[in-house]
Amino acid sequence: MTWSATARGAHQPDNTAFTQQRLPAWQPLLSAGIALPLFFCAGLAFIGLGLGLYYSSNSIKELEYDYTGGSGLSNCSVCAAAGQGRAPPPRCSCAWYFSLPELFHGPVYLYYELTNFYQNNRRYGVSRDDAQLSGLPSALRHPVNECAPYQLSAAGLPIAPCGAIANSLFNDSFSLWHQRQPGGPYVEVPLDRTGIAWWTDYHIKFRNPPLVNGSLALAFQGTAPPPNWDRPVYELSPDPNNTGFINQDFVVWMRTAALPTFRKLYARIRQGNYSAGLPRGAYRVNITYNYPVRAFGGHKLIIFSSISWMGGKNPFLGIAYLVVGSLCILTGFVMLVVYIRYQDQNDEDEEDE
Amino acid sequence: MEREPAAADEPRPPGRRRRRRRRRRRREGRTRTVRSNLLPFPGAEDPTASAAKGARRLRRCGGTQHLADNRLKTTKYTLLSFLPKNLFEQFHRLANVYFVFIALLNFVPAVNAFQPGLALAPVLFILAVTAFKDLWEDYSRHRSDHEINHLGCLVFSREEKQYVNRFWKEIRVGDFVRLRCNEIIPADILLLSSSDPDGLCHIETANLDGETNLKRRQVVRGFSELVSEFNPLTFTSVIECEKPNDDLTRFRGCIIHDNGKKAGLYKENLLLRGCTIRNTEAVVGIVIYAGHETKALLNNSGPRYKRSQLERQMNCDVLWCVLLLVCMSLFSAVGHGLWVQRYQEKKSLFDVPESDGTSLSPVTAAVYSFLTMIIVLQVLIPISLYVSIEIVKVCQVYFINQDTELYDEETDSQLQCRALNITEDLGQIQYIFSDKTGTLTENKMVFRRCTVSGIEYSHDANAQRLARYQEADSEEEEVVPRGGSLPQRGSTGSHQGIRVLHRSQSTRSHRRTGSRAEAKRASMLSRHTAFSSPMEKDITPDPKLLEKVSECDRCLAFARHQEHPLAHLSPELSDIFDFFIALTICNTVVVTSPDQPRQKVRVRFELKSPVKTIEDFLRRFTPSRLTSGCSSIAGVATSKSAHKSGPSLLSTLANDGALLRLEERLDPQAPGLTSNGYSSGADGWAQHKAAREPEPEQELRYEAESPDEAALVYAARAYSCALVDRLHDQVSVELPHLGRLTFELLHTLGFDSIRKRMSVVIRHPLTDEINVYTKGADSMVMDLLLPCSTDDARGRHQMKIRSKTQNYLNLYAVEGLRTLCIAKRVLSKEEYACWLQSHLEAESALDNREELLFQSAIRLETNLHLLGATGIEDRLQDGVPETIAKLRQAGLQIWVLTGDKQETAINIAYACKLLDHDEEVITLNAESQEACAALLDQCLHYVQSRSPRSAPEKTASSMRVSFSPVCPPSATTTSSPSPSLVIDGRSLAYALEKNLEDKFLFLAKQCRSVLCCRSTPLQKSMVVKLVRSKLKAMTLAIGDGANDVSMIQVADVGVGISGQEGMQAVMASDFAVPRFRYLERLLIVHGHWCYSRLANMVLYFFYKNTMFVGLLFWFQFYCGFSASAMIDQWYLIFFNLLFSSLPQLVTGVLDKDVPADVLLTEPQLYKSGQNREEYGPRTFWLNMADAAFQSLVCFFIPYLAYYDSDADMFTWGTPITAIALFTFLLHLGIETKTWTWLNWTACGFSILLFFTVALIYNASCATCYPPSNPYWTMQTLMGDPVFYLTCLIAPVAALLPRLFFKALQGSLFPTQLQLGRQLAKRSPKKLRAPKETSAQERLPGEPRTEPSEQGSLGPSGSFSQDRSSQVAWPAQQPACSPEASGEPSVVDVSVPLREDTLLEGLSSQTPGLSSPGEVILECPGDSKMKPTSASRAAPLSSIFSLSSFSSLNWISSLSLVSGLGSVLQFSRSGLQMDKQDSEFLPSPLPPDQNLQATDYF
Repeated sequence: MTWSATARGAHQPDNTAFTQQRLPAWQPLLSAGIALPLFFCAGLAFIGLGLGLYYSSNSIKELEYDYTGGSGLSNCSVCAAAGQGRAPPPRCSCAWYFSLPELFHGPVYLYYELTNFYQNNRRYGVSRDDAQLSGLPSALRHPVNECAPYQLSAAGLPIAPCGAIANSLFNDSFSLWHQRQPGGPYVEVPLDRTGIAWWTDYHIKFRNPPLVNGSLALAFQGTAPPPNWDRPVYELSPDPNNTGFINQDFVVWMRTAALPTFRKLYARIRQGNYSAGLPRGAYRVNITYNYPVRAFGGHKLIIFSSISWMGGKNPFLGIAYLVVGSLCILTGFVMLVVYIRYQDQNDEDEEDE
Repeated sequence: MEREPAAADEPRPPGRRRRRRRRRRRREGRTRTVRSNLLPFPGAEDPTASAAKGARRLRRCGGTQHLADNRLKTTKYTLLSFLPKNLFEQFHRLANVYFVFIALLNFVPAVNAFQPGLALAPVLFILAVTAFKDLWEDYSRHRSDHEINHLGCLVFSREEKQYVNRFWKEIRVGDFVRLRCNEIIPADILLLSSSDPDGLCHIETANLDGETNLKRRQVVRGFSELVSEFNPLTFTSVIECEKPNDDLTRFRGCIIHDNGKKAGLYKENLLLRGCTIRNTEAVVGIVIYAGHETKALLNNSGPRYKRSQLERQMNCDVLWCVLLLVCMSLFSAVGHGLWVQRYQEKKSLFDVPESDGTSLSPVTAAVYSFLTMIIVLQVLIPISLYVSIEIVKVCQVYFINQDTELYDEETDSQLQCRALNITEDLGQIQYIFSDKTGTLTENKMVFRRCTVSGIEYSHDANAQRLARYQEADSEEEEVVPRGGSLPQRGSTGSHQGIRVLHRSQSTRSHRRTGSRAEAKRASMLSRHTAFSSPMEKDITPDPKLLEKVSECDRCLAFARHQEHPLAHLSPELSDIFDFFIALTICNTVVVTSPDQPRQKVRVRFELKSPVKTIEDFLRRFTPSRLTSGCSSIAGVATSKSAHKSGPSLLSTLANDGALLRLEERLDPQAPGLTSNGYSSGADGWAQHKAAREPEPEQELRYEAESPDEAALVYAARAYSCALVDRLHDQVSVELPHLGRLTFELLHTLGFDSIRKRMSVVIRHPLTDEINVYTKGADSMVMDLLLPCSTDDARGRHQMKIRSKTQNYLNLYAVEGLRTLCIAKRVLSKEEYACWLQSHLEAESALDNREELLFQSAIRLETNLHLLGATGIEDRLQDGVPETIAKLRQAGLQIWVLTGDKQETAINIAYACKLLDHDEEVITLNAESQEACAALLDQCLHYVQSRSPRSAPEKTASSMRVSFSPVCPPSATTTSSPSPSLVIDGRSLAYALEKNLEDKFLFLAKQCRSVLCCRSTPLQKSMVVKLVRSKLKAMTLAIGDGANDVSMIQVADVGVGISGQEGMQAVMASDFAVPRFRYLERLLIVHGHWCYSRLANMVLYFFYKNTMFVGLLFWFQFYCGFSASAMIDQWYLIFFNLLFSSLPQLVTGVLDKDVPADVLLTEPQLYKSGQNREEYGPRTFWLNMADAAFQSLVCFFIPYLAYYDSDADMFTWGTPITAIALFTFLLHLGIETKTWTWLNWTACGFSILLFFTVALIYNASCATCYPPSNPYWTMQTLMGDPVFYLTCLIAPVAALLPRLFFKALQGSLFPTQLQLGRQLAKRSPKKLRAPKETSAQERLPGEPRTEPSEQGSLGPSGSFSQDRSSQVAWPAQQPACSPEASGEPSVVDVSVPLREDTLLEGLSSQTPGLSSPGEVILECPGDSKMKPTSASRAAPLSSIFSLSSFSSLNWISSLSLVSGLGSVLQFSRSGLQMDKQDSEFLPSPLPPDQNLQATDYF
């Protein structure tokens, strides 16, 4: 083939900027002189941003209470001790009293937090059936294998919702009571339990199976609840818009947390007198203590938090910005020193010329 | 196969026959039988069918149907086989297997990490890309195959009984093909008929081996006699030949006629596929090998695949990554096992039992986790790395090919990259092994000097003319016609005018730097006339010699009809006459006229052929025939029957009546039948002149197999001894007075490399004696001379002549000329008859015929009478010294391995700056193994003792270092230049023995340059292999000829010069450059770029993957080592492939760390590649550490930012992915040195692509991608300020240290490369205008004594200082380099010094440079002496290197006096020629250039 290939006429290459590798280019030289302003600018900007973040994070109030009851100090210890080693644990209630000296600016969010709870564990995380949760009738009857061993009940019925995540649904419940005057009656603070899940989760991802004769219970007929549950999924809430797969507590739980210490939104306080926040006074949180975490060293916390434009309380980002900013400034100064010395050399060189 | 009749023909002793049979049987498997396709199928009417064995065999192979047809199929695949075959090939790559394995692992439910289908995607993508590439390549191959297959040619058709047009692919073995002039030969064809009356055919083999001269092919004996059209229908013979093989130079076989006669077939009968028919109207032949069995295709092995050094290192690092992966996975597995154990017994809510409800044992969990971890962390082994590297390399090759500065206008050729995957090796070369002839030199021979019977003719005018050519070469503008300004020439006869005209034309056309059209014309011109540039065609004769030549011409014309015409000449004149006759006829030059096809209007005096038989001899040499010039029928018959040139065939007496009659009919066609052998000279001359003068373009052209031959023939023509015609049996020479002399050519004993000589045996037309003219290497010929007695005067005279000639030969060698000795022998008829007997026996021998012919030639070439010697110059190629200097500065060690003799080689080495006059040369010539060992020890001792001694000298001699034009770039001892080593072939053989090779290498390593002379191709490759294996160095071999092939193949990088001597070197090479000087740009610019780009890209790849995997790994600490990933599977799988691949590819292809002009002015920047600065173990691990740090930062900033929040897995993981992407791009930004719009676009595209894909993916389906469910995550994140805040801070924090250290290092401890960059940045204008000025700026931090070419011109320190102090300077340092000013005053200052130098130099001469068994340590100049007047010092210093030559003083005076003017002239032109130098060197010449100039005296 050589003879046909070489039969071409002129072999002269094209003389274009691209083929000759002469494209116009910016050629930054990484040296102290160049890096100097960069470091200072970045440093200043970061410190500014960091200060802003720090203050806005500090303006967020948080109130948290560990009600696991391991220490024996709180009244939940009884429940904790009672529930030890028994499954399902007996119903138990306890309460957390606290008082607010001033208005807790709203909107106030009520979270529960679990620690040492590995929702991100791979085998746990995959143990779900999104198709079933999206209300697909066929998937309801035939959960995917990933749900095993919570795929079929002992009786052979398909479990709805299947999988380990659903099975381990957090089932403590809280109610908040406010005592305006000392010694006065406790008034229940309305907790908004509806808007706690992602809009898309509640409206798109999680759907109940089509109703049978207008009844959700019938739609779930032939399925079994997860073994740990004491009631079927369609009885999670009396509110028809908050029961079944679209029960918001359930939806929130199903969004598995990234880290072993995590919060989940329980309720928002924004109704009635409490739309501006929690007024000062004494409060009581009634806790239905069901969820056993002490076995694996976990903790349960209840948290009231206000939020700002950047979400919940998070002092870290502000600090991080401040630290990185000051590091930038510091290196900037080092650069400056280097640059000044180097500049001298440069000048000498130029004088030489 | 019918050999019974053949055997019966000549009865043999039974034993011998049996032996032959046995041999035959053994060879049966290796032969092929070809019969005409026109015959009906054999078997039935086959005459030998009775022999059962024969019939069976014939049935098997007779039909030739099973043999390959002529279809060319270079494609690898068919439509059906593509998929399986391609996949199979791709799975040869281990990485692909690995990735497929991992993807398949995903299908196991217990361990899968991703959606199984998705996991296959990247592997499939990579496989698909590769497959597509293969498919495209295959398709383009298919297209070119198709094109070739559908070329047409004339094939004889059985049905139509005539030649019909067929496609090439339809040709089958056994077909008859008719080819016309200028057609390409479609298959290997046995030549059966030619339109040429002599049965000759000329082919051009340029397509095959690149040689542009015409090769002669001959019709098979027995067919050449056919006068009428050859009729294929009557062809019934069977051809038996070798199986197809790839040996282009060999073809053996025999043709067996119907009547049982056999005739041998040789390579002269075979037309090879791919060659072109030239000078012949039409030929007919039978196809022997077709298609892929042709020799051309068997020789065509596609591109080579080598693995580059960088890739080897990378593979090693990939293994490290594998190890890291396994470690991480193991760690995770153990961690997970413990975690499971811990939480299982506690009945944790998040613990998931086995699917059957039983709890999972920790060990099983650990195993599962291990496998899953491998899947999750697979990214650590970069799947796209190999593909990316391939893409980058293809682009690099493209850019190298496209570089206009590597394009040679003269030959219209650019650099070819034949190996696609070792571009980056070009940036790491440490040793260059170069051939000399044709590589450093032009391989265009120019006749320079000669000596005849002891008298030297120096051809000064010729030297001046050559100097003028140089000048013309260097001038940019069209020169005025030079006719008038031509040097005075002796009277060259009546056609001088024509010559002048021709010369002025050629002067203009031969210019390297001229306009393109001119160059093209020149190249076209040179296409037609191989090896005949105008330079070698035009020789200005030496007036003295010319006079003598014409004198003897006149004398002979007078005395021609007397009994002994030569006796009337004095011995000297007789020698001169013989000398020129020998120059003219002792060769294989083919004479052609420019118009093609050649009109064979030759005068056919008589048909004489090489004598074939004793009978023939007797017949032809009977006295009666001497008087009659006419041919007798018998003479015709015999000569025709033995129609064969050169080493010939079996001797058979073709007493075939039919053939004889055909001959008779042919005879009358020959025109000049009546004129006798030496027709009236005056008439002939007049006629000739008349024919020639009106059409000067009718000038004859000489096509020679070697450039030396052409140069000699042209030289002889300049002395009006012109070769006008050469047939296989006669040579005609035209002389002005004698007219046309026709020599009967009896034998030609071709050149071979063992004899190193060639001879012709002729019958002299004037004396009717049988003469042998021998031309060969002086070492050979001088030993074969007739021993002469010292008794008589003649003998003493002869001795004197010989010693004088030997002196001149030495002188020529010292000047770097190639020497040839011309000798003659007169044979008496008896001697000849005796020799002929044995020669014919040798020719007819079937076994070791070559050996016997060799012996026979040796018998003939003895007792020679020395006529004279010639010195032919092989000019240095343009820019060779500069290139060598640059490469030196770049830290490359250059070894020259040449087959030439020591003196020539040393001189060329001086000329091209390889050796320097102020450095020591260690010469190693040993006679025996022991001597060699002793010498080596001695040298080693010497070299070692030198280095400590040199320390105190340091300060004193540092000045000198900065002056010396070239300094060892690797100057470990900057004080004194390390010595150079010269070793000859025999000593090299000893030194390469196992026990000495270490010592030799150690010594060679200490030396600045090594010169191996008289080395064989095998030694060349052994040296390369030794350096490669023992020093673990990167080697590059460059050469142009077949003798360099082995060296080129052995070296890491083989470079072929696509020049004069065929294509073998190019075929074997990885890169082919048109000229040596392009090596500079290829290595220093492209090599550096390729290396730096690829090194950075590979490092970046490792960084990227490690960093990414790091993120996942840190997460394992927070998810119970359960191998879950916070990064969505899609991002995980496509991150490498899509989101982050483009910017790095763009950077890998386009990034230029240092601009080309800086690289060229600061060649030492090349060392970064040699030292593997950019990608070595250190940089690799630093890079990995940085990757680990960055992944820590990029993991923990989001971790802390989202700690204690309600973030779910992917809401947290997606910011991390985005952070990783930003970090990667910013990291790349720090590493990118050149930002073009392509880089910006690629980065922008990457970011855009990531967000687009993420948004679409997160919006597409709520439940489709188990196990991950990232629905609407990205959309939610985009509304979250924390996402932006983390994306801002994490990359900055991650890259802060890198940026800090880079910037700090850039300011405080800049590397050479960074300095180069600064240089380019700071003074772009300076670089462009006077390039050198900026180059002069000393790089800060660089040692002041660091040598550079520019530094050599002034004292170290900054250049501006030099300039300002230029005037005062010579006064300050009178002894030091006057180059910078180079004005007469300086010359004056240095004159006394120079004389000292001379004296000292002479006194320091150790006698006998070439005397064996002795180490010669020459220290010809020391620091103070060296820089003498530039123009004068050189010839002197060149003398220093001579040993004891009697003519020493004479030469020096001659050169000094006569050469001065031209040297100065030359130097100026040299300046213009090389702009770079001219701006820099006010007047001056580096001494070596001078040396070159002096060579033209």
